[in-house]
Amino acid sequence: MSLTGPKTTPGYGALLLRGLLAGLVAGLLAGCFAYAFGEPHVDAAIAIEEATTHADPTAAGHHDEELVSRDGQKGGLFLATALYGAAMGGLLATAYTLLRRRLRTPSDTRAALSLAGAALLGIVLVPYAKYPPNPPAVGNPATIDQRTISYLAILVIGLVAVWASVVAARTQHAEWRQATAAVTGFLVVVVVGYVLLPTVDEVPDTFPAGLLWNFRIASLGTQVLLWTALGLTFAALLTARRRTQAPEPRAGTVTNA
Amino acid sequence: MAKAQPARPLSTPAVSARLLWTAIAVTALLLLITYLVAFDQGAVSRSGMYLHELMHDGRHLLGVPCH
Repeated sequence: MSLTGPKTTPGYGALLLRGLLAGLVAGLLAGCFAYAFGEPHVDAAIAIEEATTHADPTAAGHHDEELVSRDGQKGGLFLATALYGAAMGGLLATAYTLLRRRLRTPSDTRAALSLAGAALLGIVLVPYAKYPPNPPAVGNPATIDQRTISYLAILVIGLVAVWASVVAARTQHAEWRQATAAVTGFLVVVVVGYVLLPTVDEVPDTFPAGLLWNFRIASLGTQVLLWTALGLTFAALLTARRRTQAPEPRAGTVTNA
Repeated sequence: MAKAQPARPLSTPAVSARLLWTAIAVTALLLLITYLVAFDQGAVSRSGMYLHELMHDGRHLLGVPCH
């Protein structure tokens, strides 16, 4: 028996590796979903975009130079979601490393899932309701800088809202008061953010409402799937890691099946 | 005594300074990758608009404002 005992807390490197791996898996899954359920709507929107560009040559199209073919962009979809997923997985693992002790739960699975859930709420759902994603052919290129800044602002506000909800909950003792404080803290930040940030509505009157709806649902599904898969995979890898590591009291013992 | 280690205070932070700096560096790198996917138009990737156009559909479907 060694005096140091089994190593119970995995290091940052080990956690980061698992986060990146979980993110890669989640990103590829989200890519498959987006390819199957999102791409048809992107194609339909691009057809509309090209029809309007041809009808009005002064409206400079975004796809005029054809740097990457449509098939190339559909392959690039997987590159985008895989890179994004891996980056989010790494960030999740980093947040887990830094915040694990502050999450006040003995369960690693709960800690991982609540962080992934917080991220889903803060950087997907809160931004989604204020600035819903748009397909090609929607959006004025002249306002892209303004819209990008507003989008980044709402990401920050979403994360602050989640943080405020946790802080508010921890000021209370009774459970129902904790839940009420959490909801109140969250809503106060979100409502202030929604009111202060500019409203964007650049959907042309002629754009089909059904197509817009379907695209937005597919986009929401992609992000929800990505974060759900990321949280679950990361939690699974954390548990698998402990199973292989914890019951190894140094050397010479029988490996348990 | 070459290395006089001060006694560890009882309230040792769980996160050491070294871990914190590593985490900050890693976070910066991961945010750079995210930027490359979500917002870059050639300034960082040095590929002109190639990467931007390649990841066009991903950007739309991940919900990032595009154009």
